[in-house]
Amino acid sequence: MAENALLTAPVSKLKQLLGDRTVSSEELTKAYLAQIAAENASLNAVVTVCAEEALASAREADAQIARGTTRSLTGIPLLHKDIFCTEGVRTTCGSRMLESFVPAYDATVVTKMKAEGAVMLGKCNMDEFAMGSSNETSFFGPVKNPWDLSCVPGGSSGGSAAALASGMAPLVTGTDTGGSIRQPASLCGVTGLKPTYGRVSRLGIIAFASSLDQAGPMARTAEDCALALTAMSGIDPGDSTSADISVPDFHSALSTDVNGLRIGLPREYFNDDLDSRVRENVMAALAELERAGAILHDIDLPHSHYAIATYYVIAPAEASANLARYDGVRFGYRCDAPADLEDLYQRSRSEGFGEEVQRRILVGTYALSAGFYDAYFNKAQQVRRVITEDFQRAFEQVDVIAGPAAPGVAFPFGSKQQDPIAMYMEDIYTLAVNLAGLPGLSTPAGLIDGMPVGLQLIGKPFDEQTILNAAFRLQNDTDWHLACPDLASLSS
Amino acid sequence: MSVTPQDVEKVALLARLAISESDLPEVTERFSRVLNLVDELNTIDTESVTPMSNPHDMEQRLRPDIVTRDDNRKALMASAPAQEQGYFLVPKVID
Repeated sequence: MAENALLTAPVSKLKQLLGDRTVSSEELTKAYLAQIAAENASLNAVVTVCAEEALASAREADAQIARGTTRSLTGIPLLHKDIFCTEGVRTTCGSRMLESFVPAYDATVVTKMKAEGAVMLGKCNMDEFAMGSSNETSFFGPVKNPWDLSCVPGGSSGGSAAALASGMAPLVTGTDTGGSIRQPASLCGVTGLKPTYGRVSRLGIIAFASSLDQAGPMARTAEDCALALTAMSGIDPGDSTSADISVPDFHSALSTDVNGLRIGLPREYFNDDLDSRVRENVMAALAELERAGAILHDIDLPHSHYAIATYYVIAPAEASANLARYDGVRFGYRCDAPADLEDLYQRSRSEGFGEEVQRRILVGTYALSAGFYDAYFNKAQQVRRVITEDFQRAFEQVDVIAGPAAPGVAFPFGSKQQDPIAMYMEDIYTLAVNLAGLPGLSTPAGLIDGMPVGLQLIGKPFDEQTILNAAFRLQNDTDWHLACPDLASLSS
Repeated sequence: MSVTPQDVEKVALLARLAISESDLPEVTERFSRVLNLVDELNTIDTESVTPMSNPHDMEQRLRPDIVTRDDNRKALMASAPAQEQGYFLVPKVID
C-alpha cells in the first residue's frame, strides 16, 4: 500500500491491515510520526510528539497481535487534544499558564484508549483552555487549515482536526463545550462526534465549563467514530456527572437502514441568515438520506436565538470558577519577583492567561457577582431549560435533527479575531446542543470553492447510535468524507 | 448594558486579574459588547421556570470516602513553581 494511501486510510481499514499482518503497528506509527515531522512546521497542529513512547507501545501492540490478544484499537496510532491529562507527558491546554505542566495521572479517556491498545503519538494544539473557534488563541500559535494554509482550522479542537485531515493520525480526540469538535470537523472535512453530556468521563480533562464539556472522537468515517466512542464511554467513579447508563457497542450496532427515519429541519436554522451555499450543500446531503428512505420534516426550535446569550453567561461563569485554581502557587505559571501574595496572584494570572481567557473570566465573574447573579447566571440557567424543552418537544416528532455544523467554510486568519462577537457566531448552530446535553456530529457534505462544509446531525439523549447510523448511511452512499486536502502540496 | 472602566477594575480585582491602564479602555469596550449580547436574555419571560444546572437534571452521585489513589505527593509537588522542604513557597504574608 502506498504511503499516502496508508496516511488517509480509516481505522477500520488499518485494523484489517494489522490483522492480516500486511503492516505492523510499528510501521504505521513510523509513517505517522514521519508525516508529523514533515508537515507540522507548516501546520502547527501538534504541540508535543511522543516518538519513543509511541514506538514502544507500537512494538507491544505488535506482540499482542502476534499472540492474538488484541483489543478494539490495538496498534492504532492516535493523537490526543492537549486538554487531556497524560501522566508524565506535558499537558498545556494551549496556554502559557500550563506551558510546562506535567500531570501526575492520565485522563480517563486516555486510560481507556490505552487499555484498548491505541498508540499515543502526541498531543494536539488547541485554542487556549478550549476558548475559541479558530485556534488563534493558542499560546503556541495558530494551527493552519490543511485545505488552505491561509485559513483557520476552526476550534477549539482545531489542532486535532487539522492533524487528522493532513494524515498525521487516523484517529484524534477532542472536546466540545459549544461546538469545539463539530465546527473544526466541518472546517477540516472530517467526521467529529460530541457525545451526550455524561456519556464520557470528564476526569482528567482540564475543565472549562463543567456542565457543558464533553469529550469525543474525530475520525475519517462515522464507522471509526463508533469504534472510538465505544472505547471511551462509560460511567466513571471519578466523575460524578458521568452517566450510569449502559454503553452499547456502537460499532457492531451500526446499520445503513434509515428507512422511515424522521429527520427534523429547524426553521430557525434554515432561515434567511443561512449562507445560501451552505444551505445547498446541507440540503444535498439531506436529499441523499431522503433517497435512502428518511423522511424530512420542518420543525420549530423557537428559542434558538437565545442560545448564544445563554451560553455566553453560563460558559464564562463556570470557567471563572474553574480557572480560579490557577493561582501561581501550586502548579502552572508564576510571575517573576512578586511583591506580595496579591501581586503574585494577579500578575501570574494576567501574564499566564491570554486575552480571550481573561475576557471570559471577567464576564463570568461579573455574572456571578453579588447583585448580578439573578439577572445573569440564574436567568441564563432558566433560559437553558426553555431551550432544552424546545428540543424535547421536537424529539416527540422526529428521531434526528439536522442543520449546518458551522455558518460557513474556513475563514482567513485575523478576519474575526478583533471582534469577539463575530467569533462567537461561529458556534451559532452548535451551542444549543451543549446547553441541552445532546449528542451531535458533523459529517462532510461536500466542498464550497474547494473548502469543506459539514452536515450536523443531532440526536436524542444517549442515542448516539441513530446519528452515527445516519452518517454511516450517508458515507455509504456518497464520497464526500473521502475528500482530502492535497497532502503533497502542504510543505511546499 | 455598558460597564465603566471602574466596574471592570472592580471585577478584575474579584477575579485576581491585573489590567494595565493602557489596556483598560479596550477591555471595557469589549466587555460591554459581550454584556450587550447577553442582555438579550431580558427579552424572555422565565418567571416560573426552574433553573437548569445539569442538562439531564441528574443528581450528583456520592462515592465512598476512601483513598483510591496511591500517595503521589512527590509527583504533584513536582509541578509547584516554587517550594521548600515539601511546602509550597509564597511571598511573606505575615510580618
